[in-house]
Amino acid sequence: MLVNSFNVRTFAPNLKQGIFKPIRMRISTFKNIILSTLFLTVFNIGFASGTKEGGDDEKFDPKEMILHHVKDAYGMHIATLNQGKENEFHLTIPLPVIVYTDKGLTTFSSSAFHHDYHGHEIVERNGQRFVNVHEKVYVLDEGANQVAFDAEGHPTNAHRPKFDLSITRNVFMMWVSIAVLFLIFLTAARRYKKSDDNVPSGIASFVEPLVVFVRDEIARPMIGEHKYKRYMPYLLTIFFFIWINNIFGLIPILNGANLSGNIAFTFTLAAITFIITTFSGNKNYWKHIFWMPGVPVPMKIFLMPIEIIGMFVKPISLMIRLFANITAGHVIILALMSLIFVFKTVAIAPVSVAFSLFITVIEVIVTAIQAYIFTILSALYFGMATEEEHH
Amino acid sequence: MDLITPEFGLVFWTLITFLVLLFILRKFAWKPILGAVSDREEGIKEALASAENARKEMENLQADNERILQEARAEREAMLKDAREIREQTIAKAETEAQEKASKIIEKAQAAIESEKKAAMAELKSHVAGLSVDIAEKVVREELSNKDKQLKLVENMLGEATLN
Repeated sequence: MLVNSFNVRTFAPNLKQGIFKPIRMRISTFKNIILSTLFLTVFNIGFASGTKEGGDDEKFDPKEMILHHVKDAYGMHIATLNQGKENEFHLTIPLPVIVYTDKGLTTFSSSAFHHDYHGHEIVERNGQRFVNVHEKVYVLDEGANQVAFDAEGHPTNAHRPKFDLSITRNVFMMWVSIAVLFLIFLTAARRYKKSDDNVPSGIASFVEPLVVFVRDEIARPMIGEHKYKRYMPYLLTIFFFIWINNIFGLIPILNGANLSGNIAFTFTLAAITFIITTFSGNKNYWKHIFWMPGVPVPMKIFLMPIEIIGMFVKPISLMIRLFANITAGHVIILALMSLIFVFKTVAIAPVSVAFSLFITVIEVIVTAIQAYIFTILSALYFGMATEEEHH
Repeated sequence: MDLITPEFGLVFWTLITFLVLLFILRKFAWKPILGAVSDREEGIKEALASAENARKEMENLQADNERILQEARAEREAMLKDAREIREQTIAKAETEAQEKASKIIEKAQAAIESEKKAAMAELKSHVAGLSVDIAEKVVREELSNKDKQLKLVENMLGEATLN
């Protein structure tokens, strides 16, 4: 209710203003969006804590709430209004669920689950029954009408589909992020085309220092003057892709999407870095792995397995570092917010808000640092793979 | 725990999305941006190099100018020196010549004066001799015109002769 009236109150004057002062409207609308975003998110967390049936009676479980927020989900849930009342309303962006089973491809909207993720709502499509158990689609076995759980809460009479290619909220936010990246960088690139003297203007003057930073502080020193150009597109893309998704993970209303804190995302990027490193490895690189020069033969044999393990540990460390850092940030912020609901008092709210604000500010720095670290280490690995023999 | 298990679906979409992003940004963003930046840097480098060259040329020119000026100055100095020497020489030569001529003239003049003087002296002597003879004749005639005076003379002469 609060959210509802807040929105109405803040947006209504803008309509009137907008007719006469379009520019001012844009600015104030922007401000309002940010404000309402902040408010909505606080409620989002609050409501999410109670989305379990039974509402207030049930004990608040911060662990479940946090994991629910940190992990992926089928719909983009933004807020629940009038919770526990007759006219309860879920503000959600429904996203497509795409699953491939023995019976072929099945597609339906995530809204078919009606915000249930405890396996109660059964969706019948294509002669199969689907349930959502903790944001994972399961296919009920033939003849089963209800999900049965074992002691640990795993379904016993249902299985995962062969492939689950659903457009989850992380995928959705990923696409939003690349749309933003396209908007920023294609606009910037067009700025250069327009100007005759290659002088950056507008968004290009904001983008250029970052691009030059990646080139001069990451690619050049790590890879070397002669070879860095080949890797520039990859390094720039990965830097901005990680950074923007780190930032999107921090924007409260979008915090459902914790893309860069998802192991699948970091796994993919680390795997690409690994593939590029392996394919650009020159003779010198492989020699250092399999037959370390400059050491006695027993040492060469001893070092070989270590080097081979190291080859794989490098991308794995990339994967875990980004995942752990971003997820940890989210967990801390959510845990601090949970204090309010754990103690069931508003008195703790200022402390919670102050601490989570503090952590959020740190996280803002972490977004850039983690993107930088991922990129610089990738560049370092490329540099090691392409390094020429020294004498 | 499924928090640390990569989901196939998200891996799949991340891979596709990233490759699309990489492809499009490489072609339409990184190429023009990096191209523009490096073009500009090249431009700046070239401009700096040409400025440096211009400065060096300027320096060379200045050095040349300085040298030429120096040479001109030296030449002028030399010419002035030469001129001064020539002038001095000329003056000295003229002086010596004039000296010589003058001394010759003086010598001649002296010689002429000497000879003239001698002639004049001779003439004067002869003239004086004649004159004194005439005077003596007249005096003698006068002196010896009366007896007293003759006696006195004889007396005087005799007085002198005794003293001797």
